[in-house]
Amino acid sequence: MQLRDKIVIMDEMDMKRALTRISHEIIEANKGVEGVALVGIRRRGCPLAYRLADQIEAIEGTRPPVGLLDITLYRDDLTTLGTQPEVHRTEVYFDITNLTVVLVDDVIYTGRTVRAAMDALMDLGRPRRIQLAVLIDRGHRELPIKPDFVGKNVPTSREEIISVMVEEIDNDNKVVIQELMS
Amino acid sequence: MNFEKRKDLLGLKDMSREEIELILDTAVPMKDVIRREIKKVPALRGKGMITVFYENSTRTRTSFELAGKYLSADTSNLAVSTSSVQKGESLKDTIQTIEMMGPDILVMRHSMSGAPHYVARNTRMRVINAGDGTNEHPTQALLDMFSIRERKGTLEGLKVAIVGDILHSRVARSNIYGLSKFGCEVRVVGPSTLMPPEIERLGVRQYFDLKEGISGVDVINVLRIQRERQHAGLFPSLEEYAELYMLRPEHLELAGDGAILLHPGPMNRGIEISTELAEGPNTLVNEQVTNGVAVRMALLFLMMGGRRDEIAA
Repeated sequence: MQLRDKIVIMDEMDMKRALTRISHEIIEANKGVEGVALVGIRRRGCPLAYRLADQIEAIEGTRPPVGLLDITLYRDDLTTLGTQPEVHRTEVYFDITNLTVVLVDDVIYTGRTVRAAMDALMDLGRPRRIQLAVLIDRGHRELPIKPDFVGKNVPTSREEIISVMVEEIDNDNKVVIQELMS
Repeated sequence: MNFEKRKDLLGLKDMSREEIELILDTAVPMKDVIRREIKKVPALRGKGMITVFYENSTRTRTSFELAGKYLSADTSNLAVSTSSVQKGESLKDTIQTIEMMGPDILVMRHSMSGAPHYVARNTRMRVINAGDGTNEHPTQALLDMFSIRERKGTLEGLKVAIVGDILHSRVARSNIYGLSKFGCEVRVVGPSTLMPPEIERLGVRQYFDLKEGISGVDVINVLRIQRERQHAGLFPSLEEYAELYMLRPEHLELAGDGAILLHPGPMNRGIEISTELAEGPNTLVNEQVTNGVAVRMALLFLMMGGRRDEIAA
């Protein structure tokens, strides 16, 4: 399967600005970051969660704790997939009970990943509140889930593929719409 | 990864290194689940697992059952000693009856080598061998390998001595097959009467002297003297065996720096292992039990992916 970049919808600076704005919004919505933790959803939510933590620390002088969540064991399509996806570790080394947990992911699409992430989180403790921050909202929700903080709304067709690239994984920082090469 | 093409897990002999690595890697997050307050994930919701043990076992069967439950599978056990098997039902009929009740996976132990292989060919259920005669006990070897890798950081190039009754040991065979795929130097140590002929054909070296066999190794895996299999008078007495082959703290010093000791349990203290060593800091016996559940969770998860009609029986 070969993919071709169709449009670049965010470059490195756009991503940085969006994350800065989301950081401010998280601080504003929670009146500071006391009792706030960030939890990135594997894989690309994780580097974004760290970047948000860096920005929040630069603005507020306090760094919220960051955890990493693997949602594989909570997916709703395990019995229909041909191959089991790889399971990775969940690394949330603080008690989330009574915290406001901001889930962080790169793209929200059907909402099924976020549903799985909320279930996974609940098994780790009882957060006071869960919020959701995403870099891209591409629409097509299949569950009643709405992000609290959005970098950019991108209307897409279901055939298109949105790729968020991050330096830590992809050696690049940009968001592109890709299509299958025919 | 080609795990989806595998219907059954019958032994490590025909498993690839990549498949073994995938199981060991998957067991790492599974071990985290066991340590959590809420030890349950929904991954295998709606899947059924049945354990059928034609030979006694408490730890392996319980370990499989808990592994299934932690993954939300429905598990049950066929108690062979109180079942129709006692009325003379054949193995094939028993398995067919179980299959018609609808479980997806069958975990089976049998005193006959090859019994799970026979069953696997005759059922649509996925079959996991939980020990067959003197052939293989793959999940024990997998948990041993996981325990070694966790403590040593790698399996690559380690020296491992397996000590005891090699002749009757399916644990030894599975360990030899598995460890060899990772470039380990495997030694087998024991009295000549408990050493299978031509064991060195498996690529191991045999030693009849304990001290010689364990000197300089990274890992010692002590086997249980299976008293239930010692009818032929292969050694004069348990006392004499203990005199010559019981592992004591000084033996661990003889082995390499930071050497670790494994035992599949249940331990015969004072026969193959001294009490002092059994409770020593470099003895992983207890950790092995936890790791056993994690490794079995990984295996169940990996084997239960996909719809059943996609799997060639």
